[in-house]
Amino acid sequence: MSVQTDRTDTGTGTGTAAAPGVRKTDVSPPDGTGIRKGKGKGKGQGKDPAGRRGGASAPYVLLLPALLATVILLGWPLIKNGMLSFQNLNPRQLILHLTEWRGFDNYTDVLSSADFWKVVQRTVVFTAVNVVLTMVFGTLVGLLLARLGKRMRLVLLLGVVLAWAMPVIAATTVYQWLFAQRFGVVNWLLAKAGWSSMADYNWFGTQLSTFSVITLLIVWQSIPFVAINLYAATTTIPKELYEAASIDGAGTWKSFSSVTFPFIRPFLWATTFLEVIWIFKAFPQIFAMNKGGPDRLTETLPIYAFVEGPGNQHYGMGAAISFLTILILLALTAYYLRTVLKQEEEEL
Amino acid sequence: MKRSLMARLWPNATALVLFVVFTFPVYWMFATSLKPTGDIIADTPVFVPTDITFDHFKKALDADHFWTLVGNSLTVTVLAVVFSLVIGLLASFALARMRFKGRRGFLLTFMIAQMAPWEVMVIAIYMIVRDADLLNSLVPLTAFYMVMVLPFTILTLRGYVAAVPKELEESAMVDGCTRRQAFVKVIFPLLAPGLMATSLFGFITAWNEFPLVLILNKDAEKQTLPLWLSSFETTFGDDWGATMAAASLFAIPILVLFVYLQRKAVSGLTSGAVKG
Repeated sequence: MSVQTDRTDTGTGTGTAAAPGVRKTDVSPPDGTGIRKGKGKGKGQGKDPAGRRGGASAPYVLLLPALLATVILLGWPLIKNGMLSFQNLNPRQLILHLTEWRGFDNYTDVLSSADFWKVVQRTVVFTAVNVVLTMVFGTLVGLLLARLGKRMRLVLLLGVVLAWAMPVIAATTVYQWLFAQRFGVVNWLLAKAGWSSMADYNWFGTQLSTFSVITLLIVWQSIPFVAINLYAATTTIPKELYEAASIDGAGTWKSFSSVTFPFIRPFLWATTFLEVIWIFKAFPQIFAMNKGGPDRLTETLPIYAFVEGPGNQHYGMGAAISFLTILILLALTAYYLRTVLKQEEEEL
Repeated sequence: MKRSLMARLWPNATALVLFVVFTFPVYWMFATSLKPTGDIIADTPVFVPTDITFDHFKKALDADHFWTLVGNSLTVTVLAVVFSLVIGLLASFALARMRFKGRRGFLLTFMIAQMAPWEVMVIAIYMIVRDADLLNSLVPLTAFYMVMVLPFTILTLRGYVAAVPKELEESAMVDGCTRRQAFVKVIFPLLAPGLMATSLFGFITAWNEFPLVLILNKDAEKQTLPLWLSSFETTFGDDWGATMAAASLFAIPILVLFVYLQRKAVSGLTSGAVKG
């Protein structure tokens, strides 16, 4: 559900995180048969009815609708975005439907503006902080889930799932209320805990405090995905390995580093990359929390592109910013895709 | 003895604290929405609502266009999920069960599409939709939400299809079924939990979508619930009771669906039918 919301995944096995311990593709592919054909060249050799009976064009026919929809509805905006980024497109041109080309000027303008680089820097720091916090606490919660007894695990799972299922905008609204300056329960708690200057604190007045609330919100909603996936991963570890380790005299730490960790490492990798991508392009949490304020100080790249484009009606500039954002995302994604494809190869 | 007691106590105590931390915001939303305004703006927060009122819910339900927007959200979400399930099932079947040239290329395409930065493409989408004269319409929303959830649907369903033993299909075909019949009669029922899990995630994505509808549909009657909720505060000022009631109304369907469907999907999978 990017969704969570918007939280979706890659189908490498993390997808059914909602079904802990059921699919563990990364470790053992759910290929119930285990008798897949080598490279699919054995067409004439019978025994592979799934591969042939539909006729040679069948797979393409089945894939056509999905491919068409994706290419048109995703590819077209991408190309359009590229074209717009070379245009001089402000309210005048927009209303009169004028197409004025500007060459690379939008890019020169964006890349030479100090604001842009400040936003890039901010986005990187923001992403790094959120991803590290999410991964560390998500992993800890996941390991805790694995250690708990049945009943307590169910309790914690319920809590985690509730946080996960909360729609992003609803969660954002609730956090605004938790951190409200007057009558917000957080300020009350802090004051009660002896920090009396916090009794009337305006969380949305400074950059750091606004980011703190946003970070708390994002980490709170991102931990469940990591935790449940990780817990599911640990259920795939054969018990005998732990027995063997304890016979060898391994303590808690040793059995973690020599048994648990090697098993969960692929999950940690995959989840980290997904979190990087998701958090990098987080939009509703930041926008709905304080519209990128105060003074545009919490704008990350997606918000910046939105505010510059539709907001300030510099559509061409906005498109150039989004194109650069997409490039950065692509660089991040490429590394992840390579990992996924490698796994895929092993699975085939 | 003492040590083992401690060893057992610690994880449980931590789990309990974490449970409170994770559930509190959700609890606080519901609790606030049920408290009379006097309790909401009390100097000492009322942690357990004793004096329950439904006035805030009434206010939220009576808000302008609420029911129109519920209709919009439901229409867009359900259509997007259904279309993506139908199209996605076909594609996932091909990817899971057939060998053909370019299979890896297709897989790669959907994997990349999965990570599409919809959040930053709003300007281009706005221009396309405007040129097609479809601003303030539910049609482009449905179409784009469908494509947003499609790659996930395909890649996940592919896993579920692959998990159904080929032998089941083959034996049905030996018994005289055509390939299509084998699919409809044997495989499809086994895919039910997978379809549920997939549609759940699709539903959440579409139900939550914010940036696109924010820029495409300015007309108050053509918006969806996330926009309504995000602007609720502006409309109602500091009326946190009504705002939390509105947030609850928006969240309840997802929370219920998630808890309900998740269990179904899990039990369906673990019941053994799939493991063959």
